[in-house]
Amino acid sequence: MSTLATSAAPSRHPALSLRSRLAASGLDAVTLLLLPAALLLVALFIYPFVYGFVLSFEPKQGGMFANYQRFFSDPYFANTVWTTMKIALPVTVLNLALALPIAFRVRLLRRQRLLTTFLVLPITLGTVLVAEGMLFYFGPQGWFNRTLLTLGLISQPVRLVHNYWGVLISLVITGFPFTFLLTLSYITGIDPSLEQAAATLGAKPAARFRHIFWPLLLPGLAITFCLSFVQAYSVFPSAVLVGEPAAATRVISIAAYQSAFEDYDYAMASAIAMIMAATQLVVVLIVFAARSLVYRGPVASGKG
Amino acid sequence: MNRATNVVAQATRASRSRNEARAFDELRLEGVSRDFGTVNALRDLTLTIPRGQFVALLGPSGCGKSTALNCIAGLLPVTGGSIWLDDKRIDTMRAEDRGFGMVFQNYALFPHMTVRKNISFGLRMRSVPSAEIERRVEEALRLVRLAEHGEKLPGQLSGGQQQRVAIARAIVIEPPLVLMDEPLSNLDAKLRLEMRQEIRRIHAGLGSTTIYVTHDQEEALSLADRIVVLREGVIRQVGTPAELYAAPVHLDVADFMGYRNRVEGKLIRGDGEFARVDILGGTIQGSLRGLPKGERVFAAIRPDDLLPVRAGQNGIAAVIEAIEYRGREFHGLARTPAGAELHFASPRALAVGATVSLAADPEQVLIFDAGDA
Repeated sequence: MSTLATSAAPSRHPALSLRSRLAASGLDAVTLLLLPAALLLVALFIYPFVYGFVLSFEPKQGGMFANYQRFFSDPYFANTVWTTMKIALPVTVLNLALALPIAFRVRLLRRQRLLTTFLVLPITLGTVLVAEGMLFYFGPQGWFNRTLLTLGLISQPVRLVHNYWGVLISLVITGFPFTFLLTLSYITGIDPSLEQAAATLGAKPAARFRHIFWPLLLPGLAITFCLSFVQAYSVFPSAVLVGEPAAATRVISIAAYQSAFEDYDYAMASAIAMIMAATQLVVVLIVFAARSLVYRGPVASGKG
Repeated sequence: MNRATNVVAQATRASRSRNEARAFDELRLEGVSRDFGTVNALRDLTLTIPRGQFVALLGPSGCGKSTALNCIAGLLPVTGGSIWLDDKRIDTMRAEDRGFGMVFQNYALFPHMTVRKNISFGLRMRSVPSAEIERRVEEALRLVRLAEHGEKLPGQLSGGQQQRVAIARAIVIEPPLVLMDEPLSNLDAKLRLEMRQEIRRIHAGLGSTTIYVTHDQEEALSLADRIVVLREGVIRQVGTPAELYAAPVHLDVADFMGYRNRVEGKLIRGDGEFARVDILGGTIQGSLRGLPKGERVFAAIRPDDLLPVRAGQNGIAAVIEAIEYRGREFHGLARTPAGAELHFASPRALAVGATVSLAADPEQVLIFDAGDA
């Protein structure tokens, strides 16, 4: 009874203990459980980020912004942004384009869990194992080319590794499960009675998708896009293993790696990392700005 | 004035002709079954519903009433039997081609569309000219008394208002058949009563054939022209509310019609309609429903009909366990020596723990064969 009174009207009891006042604003002993996570976040993310940020303004030679000037004036560096975009954007769009129809089908299946497990399996493999597999499978002597050659569909082996396509394929394989799971959860989150209602009102499947699912899914798809994009943008192992790291797939993370561990220029590497973060942020902000233009409310109906 | 009446008359005529284009004389369900795996949710349902009738499917949860509605709507394929609109078979048609209006339990309003867009959805799907859409949506908004709320999103409306939008959305397409799946079960008691009147008013105005699923006998009794009582996927009784209330043919139906007390006993005399039943603690006289197959029977009595009598009179002895004040009278709960619970009415307060003798007018006591239960 007394605790009820104190928490309900703290202003009328100025002599309230600090503990009750904190509890009234949502801080109590349980909040302390956040501490380990917060410490980890500071130690593993915020501190290195701030450290790198400061370091990027302390170049080996030149003024404060020398690293940034060097990055944008030297095409060898500057082009990596576009190289990475050219890989990450198509990969993200492709993953979404694959995940959406498959998730739409899977939502109706009875043995959903089995198929989902199967589709999600690549996530457990890791990029290196996938790259290894691709080298064998898509290589000049791999099954893929030998099958096509035997069937007479091609006269020369198709090159699908050690170039742009190798990286693209590898990122689709490793990125798809993630995109798919997110998309599936957004689709199944939409109240199925909405589709039924649309059907009873005469909407054919295409119209139901256009008028009901699509507008309700867009905000979720925007988030899925951002997360998938960020994942693809930071590509490193597959760009080296199944790509052409000296030219077509010299992505931004390779540039950072070379600065740090081949030139031992940590300040430059930090600057590249900051540019990487900034360019990702630009894409994410554009997507979120577009998202704010569409409906973002609840995807269920009624109060029941 | 004269001209205005004329316009109204024209509009009514126009809407009637639209109705008649797709009107039907009767909806027939012929042996409709629906299995979920090994579970028979609906077994051999046969029912004919004439045009304009308001039919309630009444039953406890899991009795198959919603399954039946979904089968008629086309949201669930039947696993046996057929559904006909006159001589047109519809159970093979897709939901979007049947053109029935459906009101869902959770309203199923499109959360990203305004009230107006929600209501016009069905008309837009039918490519109705936009001027006509506008006119009909306004008409529907006025009918459900939401003219002021057209531009709001469903999330900004109260539960009752949302349900009215759902009803407007279903009827604006002027469907030959309106299906309602427990439309009031998410509303509070007061709103439920209001919406009940609203639904009755709308149905009276449009005269559309309506199938209404509910587990609330009061709703069914007050709204329906005819009630279908379902239990375990099988029809128990079909009849007008008055028929069902006065003469339930089955213990389950009696249960729904307010016969809250069911007492098991031994039939000691049953000639014609009258029966005397021996139970632990006394005897009950009642009217026999159907021919009992054995000696074991159930007596069903409404709490309002079971009253305390002076000891020594022919009644059932029971110990009072609770007494509740209900305004005009008291409502009591007593237990017989055999352990059966008896709900009864009393004009005066009685002491908990005391023994009472309870009796009812034999006319009001129904005796059912126990084999049915």
